Amino acid sequence: MGANEAAIEAIEKIARGIRQRVLAHSIANNGGYMSQACSSAELLATLYGGVLNFAPVHEPIDPPIFIGVPEIGVHTYKTGAQFHGEKGAQFDRLISSPAHYALVIYAALIETGRLREDGLEHFNRDGSTVEMIGAEHSPGFETTTGSLAQALSQAGGIALARKIRNEAGRTWVFMSDGEFQEGQTYEALQAAKFHGLNQLRVTVDVNMNQCDGPMDTVMRIEPLEDRIKAFGWDVSVLDGHDIPAILAAAEKVTENPHMLLCYTDPVRGLPILAERIPTLHYLRFTGADERAKYQKAYQEMSK
Amino acid sequence: MSYEIVARPHQQNFIDWAKDKPEVLVLSADLTNSCEVGKWRDTYPDRFFSMGMAEQNMMGFAAGLAREGFEPWLHTFSVFLYRRPLDQLQMSIAYPSLKVRLVGFLPGIMTPGGVTHQAIEDIAILRAIPNMTILEIGDATEAQSVLDVAHAVDGPVYIRMLRGEVSRIFLQDEPFILNKARILSTGTDITLLTSGIATEEALRAIPLIQARGVSVAHLHISTLKPFTDPTVVMALKSAQRGVITMENHSIIGGLGSAVAEVMAENGIGVPLQRIGLKDTYAHGASQKFLMSEYELDAAALIKRVEVAIGKSLNIQGAELQEQRSVSVHSSAKVEAL
Repeated sequence: MGANEAAIEAIEKIARGIRQRVLAHSIANNGGYMSQACSSAELLATLYGGVLNFAPVHEPIDPPIFIGVPEIGVHTYKTGAQFHGEKGAQFDRLISSPAHYALVIYAALIETGRLREDGLEHFNRDGSTVEMIGAEHSPGFETTTGSLAQALSQAGGIALARKIRNEAGRTWVFMSDGEFQEGQTYEALQAAKFHGLNQLRVTVDVNMNQCDGPMDTVMRIEPLEDRIKAFGWDVSVLDGHDIPAILAAAEKVTENPHMLLCYTDPVRGLPILAERIPTLHYLRFTGADERAKYQKAYQEMSK
Repeated sequence: MSYEIVARPHQQNFIDWAKDKPEVLVLSADLTNSCEVGKWRDTYPDRFFSMGMAEQNMMGFAAGLAREGFEPWLHTFSVFLYRRPLDQLQMSIAYPSLKVRLVGFLPGIMTPGGVTHQAIEDIAILRAIPNMTILEIGDATEAQSVLDVAHAVDGPVYIRMLRGEVSRIFLQDEPFILNKARILSTGTDITLLTSGIATEEALRAIPLIQARGVSVAHLHISTLKPFTDPTVVMALKSAQRGVITMENHSIIGGLGSAVAEVMAENGIGVPLQRIGLKDTYAHGASQKFLMSEYELDAAALIKRVEVAIGKSLNIQGAELQEQRSVSVHSSAKVEAL
């Protein structure tokens, strides 16, 4: 096996781990953002496991308890970016925009040795930072983006600051496709191009589903590639489950901000989830029978 | 009394002040000259970022820059800083308590631009937002000395700014101090608290009121949040006949409401009268016309004092100091707005 194959196999393992952890958690807690794990597992696994140049963490970090919100003059808390390692001019940053993917992010952090495995036991517990909707104190989060489509602008500001300081590291943003219904996204696209932020990299989980159902029935966003290109960005369109394709696109050197539109399948790796179409946004079991079916699927997945 | 008129007090002052502060940036949303930072842009082109007419995104960029240690000073009209981008202001900037400075021009009815340009409820909205500091400028001295005050706050600051031809009411060596009222007169019948341009307007009438034997304590308020100055509590406690607030803002949620809260919390049981826009939008007309139409002027203040003391003061309109009115077409402004 070549080095490249080994790397891809390692990423595949992370992706499997993400799906398993989110499914196990959803079964145990009678619900979870399952389709998001199915659609983004390879994408987040590739980012965390192969693309992002983060400083190492020496051992998986124990999620801190919640010590308070930021206040004037009180900035003693650490953001969830500590799970991405120490910041540095040469290192990458990742700003995750869809904060309801928190469980998926936490799973990715565990799979890549950055969050303690028992960290998920704190999920959605009172007084914990491992919140259901990630905020900036939550593992893996650096900004507060639960009100969607605000991360790209904030990351734009971070990328602009890093450009002023001539930093080599890239600023990555992980987005969901629903955020392309918000006007602010397009304001951010035009500003990133205007200010020449070619170290800004965006990956989008285009799973074509949102809270109310399939996006085509809620508010159409296609043709996404044409739209983003029209703002002067470089765009790569790819299969979001194709790890080598994501790796290749991520390393592309571009003169413009670069967006990876990763088209994904929201039931990938968990076919019984398809029975719930068109309502995939949140998995809440209809009863003990359905839960048992998912338990069985988990056992299949874990073989 | 006539005051020295300072043309564009912010323009050169902000350039000089920012000279040795490389972390200070300006973000602008297509109102650069209207907000007196055109010359700043030409002086420090590497620190000036045009964000276009896209305020929601501007908030996010400001947040990201502030997280990285820069201090962005956003310049645009007040209305555009809190109406459309309120969610972004809250979630991207106020929640993480970032050092972003929101310099808002044309507060209240200071523009003939009408309802779309008149920030009449900005203080009400921003006062409810945790971590916000709210400052309001009353003259040229404050327009210039507010920079140090805002710079020192480890959190977001909103400034209700003045531009164009601005009176210098306060001595240059008596700068803006955070959360500290200026005592302009002392008295025991009425305690009057004014902010922004209402202070200059009130000063037209106060000598006449005092000459009729009414004892007026007059405080100029330039910090709307925090609002915990013990000087204010003491002045409110000393008012025997009543308290009057006067502001270039809705009577809901601004200075009048802040004073009402302090009075209630301290058990101060005299009547409070609030001069301001009485829960109404305004329209496009001159400042002088609107101040008269909506009873925000010196004549309105005299009426309220008469109510408080229960008798007429027999002050004739001709006795009032002439109201200073800036021509809509003043050359100190780049457009008539």
